[in-house]
Amino acid sequence: MSTYSAPLKDMQFVLRELAGLQEVSALPGWQDVTPEVVDAVLAEAGKFAQEVLDPLNRIGDTQGARLAQGKVTAPDGYVQAYRKFIEAGWNGLAGDTRYGGQGLPHVVSTAVQEIWNSANMSFCLAPMLTSGVLEALRHHASPEQQALYMPNLTAGAWSGTMNLTEPQAGSDLSAVRTQAVRDGDHYRLRGTKIFITWGEHDMSENIVHLVLARTPNAPEGVKGISLFIVPKFLVNRDGTRGERNDITCVSIEHKMGIRGSPTCVLAYGEAKGAIGYLIGEENRGLEYMFTMMNHARLGVGVEGLGIAERAYQHALAHARTRVQGREIGQRSGDRVTIIHHPDVKRMLLSMKAQTEAMRALAYVAAAALDKARVHPDRTEQRRNQALVDLLTPIVKGWCTEQGVEVASTGVQVHGGMGFIEESGAAQYLRDARITTIYEGTTGIQANDLVGRKVAFEKGATAMAVIGDMRGVNARLERLGSEFVSARKAFSEAIDSLESATRWLVEHYAASPNAAAAVAVPYLKLFGIVAGGWVMARAAVIAHDKLSDAKSDARFLSAKIITARFYAEHILTGARGFADTVLSGSASVLALDEGQF
Amino acid sequence: MKVLVTVKRVIDPYVKVRVKSDGSGVETANIKMTMNPFCEIAVEQAVRMKEAGIVTEIVVVSVGVPQSQETLRTAMAMGADRGILVDAPAGVEPLAVAKLVKAIIEKEKPQLVITGKQAIDDDSNQTGQMIAALMGWPQATFISNVTVNGDSAEVTREIDGGLEKLTIKLPAVVTSDLRLNEPRYVTLPNIMKAKKKPLEVLKPEALGVDVTPRLKTLKVQEPPSRSAGVKVADVKELIAKLKNEARII
Repeated sequence: MSTYSAPLKDMQFVLRELAGLQEVSALPGWQDVTPEVVDAVLAEAGKFAQEVLDPLNRIGDTQGARLAQGKVTAPDGYVQAYRKFIEAGWNGLAGDTRYGGQGLPHVVSTAVQEIWNSANMSFCLAPMLTSGVLEALRHHASPEQQALYMPNLTAGAWSGTMNLTEPQAGSDLSAVRTQAVRDGDHYRLRGTKIFITWGEHDMSENIVHLVLARTPNAPEGVKGISLFIVPKFLVNRDGTRGERNDITCVSIEHKMGIRGSPTCVLAYGEAKGAIGYLIGEENRGLEYMFTMMNHARLGVGVEGLGIAERAYQHALAHARTRVQGREIGQRSGDRVTIIHHPDVKRMLLSMKAQTEAMRALAYVAAAALDKARVHPDRTEQRRNQALVDLLTPIVKGWCTEQGVEVASTGVQVHGGMGFIEESGAAQYLRDARITTIYEGTTGIQANDLVGRKVAFEKGATAMAVIGDMRGVNARLERLGSEFVSARKAFSEAIDSLESATRWLVEHYAASPNAAAAVAVPYLKLFGIVAGGWVMARAAVIAHDKLSDAKSDARFLSAKIITARFYAEHILTGARGFADTVLSGSASVLALDEGQF
Repeated sequence: MKVLVTVKRVIDPYVKVRVKSDGSGVETANIKMTMNPFCEIAVEQAVRMKEAGIVTEIVVVSVGVPQSQETLRTAMAMGADRGILVDAPAGVEPLAVAKLVKAIIEKEKPQLVITGKQAIDDDSNQTGQMIAALMGWPQATFISNVTVNGDSAEVTREIDGGLEKLTIKLPAVVTSDLRLNEPRYVTLPNIMKAKKKPLEVLKPEALGVDVTPRLKTLKVQEPPSRSAGVKVADVKELIAKLKNEARII
């Protein structure tokens, strides 16, 4: 087993050089969030993750959460770890300062989130969902509701969940059936919700469920869904915990991955009806849910990143110690560790390059979200909001797809042992697998990217990003002859992205089906090229910094080589996806359902 | 009462230490650094004594390169009240450190000085003892417990073959052993607050101490790697090997 170590150097490089941490620190309210403070936060989070969360990751996977008599017990050690986690104040990192949070920028919480996900994805889903609930309450709940629920949720004494899915209502939430009937100052809810992550457990004193349900006579479809606060224990007016609400965990799922986290089936209102409190107005529930969508989707993208980093560290540790065979071309002499073999190096580099590209893209998107929220200049706000809107489905869709691929390569680096659970490599692959599915599948992200983002605004933001990419590519010239093939690969990849984008803008209105048939290849294309964009920026900056004698030359030259590898090995695949976008929809549409 | 705690910035214990190619020392440039674990225990002890109402102020002192300010900030995030860095070149030796700390003690007048028993980089295990000697104060090294009673302290020392309980008169110097306590995790709100706590940076000259090294490092090299083990056929062969090859019986 390897030990997780937060990649602080790369995180600091990305935060400072690519995501513009200094600019974010200069925004109103964040003057104290200096790079030095952020370094200290990341170092302490890294230490906590390494010593407390990482050692529990395997236990969570092998033991899993357990259900007995309606009570869910978290895996051994999780309750104590959660207590340490909230005592150390990590739960309130991005929380509202009025309710005890630290109010740190999203770009900082994204970096910390990566650390938690690398160390123990199952565990950190609990605080992640709590922060989702807090986000919803902050935007839409009444001041009384905020005062009643937000302090304990911010502290982590209470945790939160999202209750959207029902057996017949998955990606299509218009089919939600859970009923909410008005009963005085509250509602009574009846129905079944499934796939509720950390829906019941013994880590927190109370669980605040946010539940989508229909009131009687609500309009059909998405315009008839309301959002309710349904606490596990009712909360008295003075904030103390009251009696148990009518919610039962009837089963927990047997899953492929994230087994340390209970995924619950919750039955609401089997006796008297579960007491719930309406958030905002009736029938506007889905709209409220959507306001935190960027936040939640970026968060899942960061899960893909976190797992990729952890799988890479695990594979690297194995490749450095596993002795097998001699160097190619040597018939005698000592046997070597497998990292000496070019193909193993190639696999490790592909893991490293993709992970670093994902990190850079996710942090850049998070910083844009911060600027979109609080930048004093309205134009900057709008520009950054457009960038976040465009990048969100890419970070969610592409970082999770790559997370699966990187974790799979991690298994491959282990050879036969990778297929054996004891090696630990398989868990990362199994854990990563959910990330391309929940919070909107890759297909849903791709439709969002193609329809609501690119086609809707006639490719304006996408073209602006493509223009920036060309500027970065021009700056690569200073890296000299070694970068000629990388520059060419980047330049052609940008051309591919541009032609695919133009095709979509042109054809979307007339044939949305054709666009949808190649939406995922387009998302992957955009992800690959956007990854190349941030890696190329990194290479240019690393090159410029190398002339400073005090710089970390080993790190910077590795960054340059990694960026070059990314261009030569990964960007070269862009063309294939573009060709599929330009010509691949007809075959998808041609085959009749009956012909399958 | 006031407590003074010393802290040292060292290579992170999880990092694999590499010898510099010229054999002049080990690589420290661009390597992850952290607070010496024994110093962390020393800070934790002071913070617990403050929480228990025995200590009113905790001053942390570090002697080292400018980046040692990060180590002092960590100590302040743990609960120390203010920090003093004596900006000295890397490789400053225990005697020089002890003299610098003595100069600060004379200014700060603490009742108790807590140091780590040793730093995990050089393992010198000298600074605490030297501070006590230079001050002419009682010392108790390798402590696993300390209780202050007015102007004296009861301490438990971890010694070969058991524990030794002593009463020492204050002011005194104690050095922390591993079992004194388990340091807390720094909390996020305290990391944010630590930034605002005062941190003073001094030069050795200002304290009238010459930090010129007295020792010369001739060569630093990796320890020899362990050779592979062998399987013995029976007890007889084992005993023969222990007698003739290992020469331990």
